[in-house]
Amino acid sequence: MASKKFNNVYIKDSVSIVGPQEKNGLLKNYDLAIDDYYYGEKTFEQAEIKMQQVVIDKLLEYNKLNNSKIDLLIGGDLVNQISISGYNASKYRIPFLGVYSACATFGQELITGASFISGKLARNIVVVTSSHNLNAERQFRYPVEYGAIKKLTSTFTSTGAVATLLTNEVTNIKVESATIGKAIDMGVNDTNNMGAIMAPAVADTLNTHLIEMKRSINYYDVVVTGDLGEVGREILLDILDKNYDIRLKKYIDAGCEVYTNNMDTYAGASGPIALPLVLFDKIINCKKYKKILIIATGSLQSVQLANQKLGIPGIAHAVSLEVS
Amino acid sequence: MNKEEYLKLVKKHEPKEKRVENTIYAFLIGGTVGFLVEGIIQVLMNIFALSRIDASSWTCLIVIFVSSLFTALGFFDNWMSKGKAGLLIPTTGFAHSVQSSALDYKREGLITGLGSNFFKLAGSVILYGILSAFILVIVRVIVFG
Repeated sequence: MASKKFNNVYIKDSVSIVGPQEKNGLLKNYDLAIDDYYYGEKTFEQAEIKMQQVVIDKLLEYNKLNNSKIDLLIGGDLVNQISISGYNASKYRIPFLGVYSACATFGQELITGASFISGKLARNIVVVTSSHNLNAERQFRYPVEYGAIKKLTSTFTSTGAVATLLTNEVTNIKVESATIGKAIDMGVNDTNNMGAIMAPAVADTLNTHLIEMKRSINYYDVVVTGDLGEVGREILLDILDKNYDIRLKKYIDAGCEVYTNNMDTYAGASGPIALPLVLFDKIINCKKYKKILIIATGSLQSVQLANQKLGIPGIAHAVSLEVS
Repeated sequence: MNKEEYLKLVKKHEPKEKRVENTIYAFLIGGTVGFLVEGIIQVLMNIFALSRIDASSWTCLIVIFVSSLFTALGFFDNWMSKGKAGLLIPTTGFAHSVQSSALDYKREGLITGLGSNFFKLAGSVILYGILSAFILVIVRVIVFG
């Protein structure tokens, strides 16, 4: 079974920081914002490490916790060997697990953390996710100052970091269940169209979740996908309708909820940070939805294998949240 | 759904690139660059009394310097993404690719960073540029003697 039910896992708090572009976009309820991609550091990588550190520090401060009260720190990002999270973890005396599933990292982190708490192996877990537009450009695309010409299907990696506190104390956000996605390769090898890479994985995970949990799609007040963007969203709706006979009642794609149309961001936002930013900023904050299914989506590509023209696998992890 | 069917479905949802519009746009931008550069050549020939060959070489250097400077000042990448092939194809694009790689790796050391990545984007242009020049010269010698 790919789906798991969790016992006594709750989200207590989260702290977010957003970049200069995101600050002027559609998000309104973030905690902190940076005006400069360097954030007072020498390089963009160091700026991203600082963003992770600031959100963790604030999270611990707001909740009056010190390092010894946290059983586990789970971190993930997009830079080589998840080095941002590793370097940041060295600043804390907390056991650390680094996880990677590209832009689905937040989903994988929630599932990993929730499993530890549900199995009574931990009480408080901090999960941290970050991405930085210019680090992603350097990692996957071109030098930062290179004005590459982009396709309309490409997405814009968002800048920010979110630290989330998972706990076994009862709060108003319950992490109820989750479905671990399968890596699915449908033969798309266009790194400028990640929506098309990830959409089949979302459809498969959603279908598996509904079957294994014996739920109809109307059980959820809203389904939120990670970062499919404008193009991926349309592909998903098409395959859900044609192949799975699922019609989503209320559906939001986080990638379409970060930037305004005149921001030159092509098909929308991407990056592991897009989903948690939109989730905490909009979905939970608006208090309209009680049963929320988030589906974090990732494109498991590397520059080398993409250049070798292999199909790129997509992944999607679903987590069901109950807000009271 | 098999892979072929899926790729067809993806194709259907991909927004169409405006090819005709982009071509005209690139033609106009590239043409403007050519016009300005010819202006510089004329100025050098008339004011500094250089031969056309010397004036062209100097103009090339000026264009490379200006695009590198604008890249370093941080706004040339916006011009590039707006001007598209109109700025990418001329020497401006070549200078921009070298300069942006140099800037990107400057913090990673002079040898391991800047040095080894300097021609990251421009390397292909140099390699295949020299190779095609070599082949064309051979063709010229064979055909025209």
